[in-house]
This record gives sequence, C-alpha cells and structure tokens, in this order.
Amino acid sequence: MTATVITITSGKGGVGKTTATANLGAALASDGAKVVCIDADIGLRNLDVVLGLENRIVYDIVDAIEGRCRLRQAMIRDKRLPELYLIPAAQTRDKTAVSPSDMVRICDELRADFDWILIDSPAGIERGFQNAIAPADRVLVVINPEVSSVRDADRIIGLIESEEKGPASLIINRIKPELVQRGDMLDTKDILELLAIELIGIVPEDEHVIISTNKGNPVVLDDKDRAGKAFRNIAKRLQGEKIPFMELTVPDGFINRLSRMFRPGGE
Amino acid sequence: MLRVKGIRDGLLITFEDDEQSWQAKCDALLQHLDAQIEFLKGAKLALDVGSLAIKAADLGSLRDQISERGLSLWAVVSNSPVTEQTAQMLGMATRLHTTTPERSGRQADSSMQGEDAIFVRRTLRSGNRLQHNGHVIIIGDVNPGAEIIAGGDVVVWGKLRGTVHAGAQGNENAIVCALELSPTQLRIADQVATTPQGHSASKPEIACLKDGQVLAEIWNPAGSGKE
Repeated sequence: MTATVITITSGKGGVGKTTATANLGAALASDGAKVVCIDADIGLRNLDVVLGLENRIVYDIVDAIEGRCRLRQAMIRDKRLPELYLIPAAQTRDKTAVSPSDMVRICDELRADFDWILIDSPAGIERGFQNAIAPADRVLVVINPEVSSVRDADRIIGLIESEEKGPASLIINRIKPELVQRGDMLDTKDILELLAIELIGIVPEDEHVIISTNKGNPVVLDDKDRAGKAFRNIAKRLQGEKIPFMELTVPDGFINRLSRMFRPGGE
Repeated sequence: MLRVKGIRDGLLITFEDDEQSWQAKCDALLQHLDAQIEFLKGAKLALDVGSLAIKAADLGSLRDQISERGLSLWAVVSNSPVTEQTAQMLGMATRLHTTTPERSGRQADSSMQGEDAIFVRRTLRSGNRLQHNGHVIIIGDVNPGAEIIAGGDVVVWGKLRGTVHAGAQGNENAIVCALELSPTQLRIADQVATTPQGHSASKPEIACLKDGQVLAEIWNPAGSGKE
C-alpha cells in the first residue's frame, strides 16, 4: 500500500474542515480502505472530539515527534471502524512544536501501511498551515458559500499553488439551496468562476451534522442523512469513481441550474 | 565647466564642451573634490570628457592626483577614439556598466512615464501584490484581495475585481482597462474610485481621468478610442 496524503484546509476558521476530515475518513474506512486521520491543529485539537475518541488519547503527535513514544502508540483505533485511525494533536503545545519536515517524515512512515492519510489543517496561513500542507499529495479546500470564506480560500489556493501542491479541489459546505435560489447566498457558479478549481463536493446544510458532531458520531455512518450522503460521494470521487452531484431537493429551477452547471464540466 | 552626478558605481563627472583648457578643467575638478573630500573619501569616479582628445601623460597625471586624495578614477567615457585608446592603455574602463550617460538619463525618464511593461499570464489571487514602475498587462483575472500598483497603465484581459492603482507616481494620463471592470477600488494618480453597487460589468471598459474625476466608459469598438 502506498497512501495518498490529503490535506483538508480552508484559510477561514469554522467552515467545517474538521467535520469534513472526520466524515471523509469514516466514509473511506467504511468503503474498506485503511485510513489514518492526523489532527494538525496543535493546541486547538478537535478531531478527537468529532470522532468521539477524546477519552482514549494517551500519546499525541508531538509525543511521537519528540520521541516520547513510537508513532504506533500515538495512533488511536476508531471504536466503530477497525480500519480508521486517529493521530491526535497535542493540546498543551503550539504550532511551533511541529515543523513541516516532521510532518513529511511522519507521513512517509505511515504511507506503507495505509491507503489514505487525511490531515486536518488548522485555520490561518501561518506555521500550522505550512505544516499541514507540507506532506500533501492532494489538497481539499473547504468553503462556506459566503464572501469572506471565498476570499480566504482564494488566498489559500494561491499559497497551495506556490507550494506546488495544486491543483486543489473544492468542497462547498453548508449550502442552503433555498437561500441560493432566492439569491441570498453565493451561487456555486459564481464561486467556481472566481476560484477556478475543480469542484469535488457540495454538502447541504444539515442540523444532523451538529448533533452527530456533538455526539462524536460522524454523520456518514447514518445511511439516510443528506450531508452524510454528500460526504460519502466525495469519498467515492476521491477513489476515482464518477458520481454525479447530488440533486438537492428544492423546486425545479435550482435543480435544473445545478445539473446544467455540472454536466458539461464532468469530472 | 563640470557636472557631477551620482551613479550606481559612484560618481560621474562630465566635462562640459567649453573653451576651457584641459588643465583648467582638471583644476576645477580637483578643487571640487577637495571641497568635500571627507564625504567623497573612497568614492569611485567616472569621467565623461565628451569629444576631448587626451594624451596619456595628461590622463595619467589626473588619475594620480585623484588617487592621492584617496579616490579612484576607474572609467573614462569619450567619443574621441584617441581618448578611449588612452584610457584603455592606462587600464581604465571606457564604458559604464549600463549605458552611456545620455542614454541612462533617457531610460530613467521613460520608466517614470511607464514606457516599459510587464506581462503576467496568470490569475492574481487574494493576497498577491504586483508592483511595477511601468505598465502592467495581465492575462487572467485579478481577484478580490489582490493588488496591482503600476506607474503606467493597467490592462487586464479578464475580470478585474481587486484593487488597482494606475499612474501611481502621479501620471494623470494613465488608464485602466479590463474585460470586466469591477474593482474593489480603482485609483488613477491620486484619485480614488470604487465600483458602484449593482454595476454589471459584462462589457469591456476603460477608466481614465477626466477633469480630475475617474471615469469608466464601455469600450466602443467603433469609437476612435481615447485620443
């Protein structure tokens, strides 16, 4: 096995990087792949909570880097999916505890044993982002359909290009079809026109995400959930399947617009 | 009788074409150097003698007198072949690194007006900043949060949505044009404008200064253009 390293980033905070990482990790693992999720947000760790694994942490990524434990010991196996692992961030340190070359070294060590390595990047464009991006083979940029998020994503995409990690792919998270239809939310077409990168998924706003996040139970594990289905589709697209973009259930106009938008581009 | 100018490699001294003798010119130069010797100590001098033909002995003696003052004469520029040969014999340069003084003067002027240009063939994203004394030509978009500062004109073959400043050194004749002109902020010389709300920029536009106001007009292929 040679793992693909995917960094999930956004620039702006609070758009759903950690939720996306947890759900993509769980979706890939439930498709039978071996997955490890790394929380690169040193000092503000969250991924453990979203995966419901916070009470199992003994060692973290900084312990592994500084040699207090072996990397294996810092890996926590998920309680539901035996092929899903988490390497948690340290909560009592800051971003300078890790360097970009540490991240590259850790990923190289893990590559042989996994299919996917997902890195949850911190918000911002400083050291934490540099760490998260250093080992990446692919980068997913998560945005919300709002102006500030798109602006920050544009900056991040520029940085990704200058690090030669591009082209990045885009996840539009928390889209509200009703609002878009009324013209009160940024349109997917406008976003893609500005950012000019490939779209890999559209995730609808869904209150189940909040509930499941609080419970530490990724929403992809619920078969009937809309947001969960959107994340499962992204996981399938990452694995090279051609999955059409979900038709979000709103009156005609929007669906027509969506399908018109995405068919010609294809993937 | 003589002009002194700072150049990249030190000082350039130009002997005017007048009726003064070589000796008088040299004396004037040495006097000038002595007057501010503390300030000039260690400086490298280049000498432009115009069309004067100078003998090796004269030039050598001038060089020695300059060295005695702790300065060095490293180049002699002349359009007299005799002088050039003399300078070369004495081991001095006969060209300044860039160009002859006249030409370097012209270059400086033209870059102020933005006669040279840079060409960028990519999209400028948020956080990118492009600053250039001359014109700027972009094939691609300029996204919100990107900045262009140009001494001359700015041409964007794409959507201009960031901040743009043309004629940044005060050139009021500078223009900005784009296929879609909807910048966050547009400046020409010292005038500032923003895109009006609800502005639909589906046609190429040109912005320039008219009576001290920034004015954007839809490009008219049939029209005669600006001038």
